[in-house]
Amino acid sequence: MNSLYYQKRLSRNVGDKFFTSLSVICALIAILPLIFLVTYILIKGGSQITLELFTLEPNPPGDDLDAGGINPALIGTLIITTIASIIAIPVGVGGGIYLAEYSKGGPFSRFIRFGVNVLAGVPSIIAGVFIYALIVSTKILFGSMYSGFAGGMALSILMLPTVIKTTDEGLKLVPNELRYASLGVGASMYTTILKVTLPSAFRSIATGIVLGIARAAGETAPLIFTALFSYYYITGFGDLFYEMGSLAVLIYNFALEPYDAQNKLAWAASFILVLSILSVNIFSRILAAFTEKTKRV
Amino acid sequence: MEEKLALFKNRKRFGIEKNIDIIFKNTALVLSSFVAIILLGIILVVFFQSFESFSRYGLKFLVTSEWNPVKDEYGAFSAIYGTLVTSFLSLLITIPLGVGTAIFITEDFVPNVFREIIGSFVELLAAIPSVVLGLWAIFVMEPFLREFFILLHNFFGWIPLFSTEPTGRNSFLAILILVVMLLPIVTSIARDSLNQVPKKLRNAAYGIGASRWKTIFSVILPAALSGIMAGVLLALGRAMGETMAVTMIIGNSNAFSLSLLSPGYTISSMLANQFGEADGSQVSSLFYAAFVLMILSLVVNIFAQWLVKKFSLKY
Repeated sequence: MNSLYYQKRLSRNVGDKFFTSLSVICALIAILPLIFLVTYILIKGGSQITLELFTLEPNPPGDDLDAGGINPALIGTLIITTIASIIAIPVGVGGGIYLAEYSKGGPFSRFIRFGVNVLAGVPSIIAGVFIYALIVSTKILFGSMYSGFAGGMALSILMLPTVIKTTDEGLKLVPNELRYASLGVGASMYTTILKVTLPSAFRSIATGIVLGIARAAGETAPLIFTALFSYYYITGFGDLFYEMGSLAVLIYNFALEPYDAQNKLAWAASFILVLSILSVNIFSRILAAFTEKTKRV
Repeated sequence: MEEKLALFKNRKRFGIEKNIDIIFKNTALVLSSFVAIILLGIILVVFFQSFESFSRYGLKFLVTSEWNPVKDEYGAFSAIYGTLVTSFLSLLITIPLGVGTAIFITEDFVPNVFREIIGSFVELLAAIPSVVLGLWAIFVMEPFLREFFILLHNFFGWIPLFSTEPTGRNSFLAILILVVMLLPIVTSIARDSLNQVPKKLRNAAYGIGASRWKTIFSVILPAALSGIMAGVLLALGRAMGETMAVTMIIGNSNAFSLSLLSPGYTISSMLANQFGEADGSQVSSLFYAAFVLMILSLVVNIFAQWLVKKFSLKY
């Protein structure tokens, strides 16, 4: 009779309790880093935010109490990620269109899909090494060595797999009926793709690309010996072909400086970087959840 | 009849439009082959740049650890050893933690809302740039753990792994920061593969009287194992190539030491440190090291993909 009731002391129940608490502990440990990290960045970085931060050049490290601002790095990050996007988005979307719309699962497309996955796994510093060998050391770009342009190219290699994958997967989700309808009324293949399938997959592709850009904005390893770093304002188009600062490299350089003022600047820069990357991520998450809800109705 | 033919003629597509169609298709084809070109380009360029060093040192490069630009002697053993040790040990910590978290998210211990919040917290961790993690490691983690390392050395100093006096940055910290970076990868892939296990397997196990954790250990986890393994391998590839956070916290010393409490080196941190100001045969040796790193991560990645392909059609 007793065996019908839940018995706490039974070894299987004790074991279950034990493992359940173990997995709760795992989950708690797993969320701790993000909480610690974000709190520290908010406190340490948030207290450094002033108007001058956005307008001034950083002062060269020294005993200076005033470290200056991060204007060149902020603009540099914007420029370098823009260059990377200008290269990676057309190539990636085009490649994704081929994989999803034209290829018939033959060896070529299987090889390309495989290549996309392999390229996504290539360490980011290798992309920097590659661009260094290809562009920086050969001075192929109008005789300039380290340049914002080279940095943008290195970042574009990292963005490319993300863009191709999201385009490929986004287009695959478009129902075939849409394609048949468009081809059926006499549209050609490229009209179908440009006017029907791409627009209907636009939102998912755009979300993927924006997330890819956000990830690229925080990448440091490919920039440290392609774009290098600069303390000076970006004044014109010609500066593209000289050393260019970026938030990520600024954090790296100034975190390793022994001076307190520079360290504070690194915290301020990570505040801005993390805040923008996290808000892009959270926003796209909310957007995705929202679209899923409307689709279900 | 004549009229009808004329009508058909008019309904044909203009030549120009046909050409546009063909051009569009071929452009897409060329753009998609860029991936292959870049991948081959990376492999070839890094290989040819390392050729000088390769022909001079051969495989000796992999087993000697002298790195002396003055005497022109190069060997990357310390860095290769550091890469392997940090990535494997960090994975050893991450696997139970990540799989445990994934189980917590996929089981119904707490209401769905909380599970989703925890899941997205872990995934947001992946969005934090590694250079910021490095900054945090230098200024928050290292001072916080210093006492702990001293205790560790005092009590377990007889184990070679903890045999050196801790002085600031060391390999152990690099391993811990790698755990933070790998956790989102392992957790999210483990969660996806646990979610893909068909519900009827669980119901069958419950039906014959298995308890919840008996079901998880003997039914759910084995069914999801291949997916979890692939995630672990992807994480291993990430760990070997991870640069910034590791470079900032590992201490960057080429002196070989078994101890985790002494400063170490990894291939990627060596590249990050020396590439900017290297010249002559040092550049070639750095390319050689980069080539080794690339081969390591390529092998791990390709193996992971093979695993996914081999086992993904099971259900």
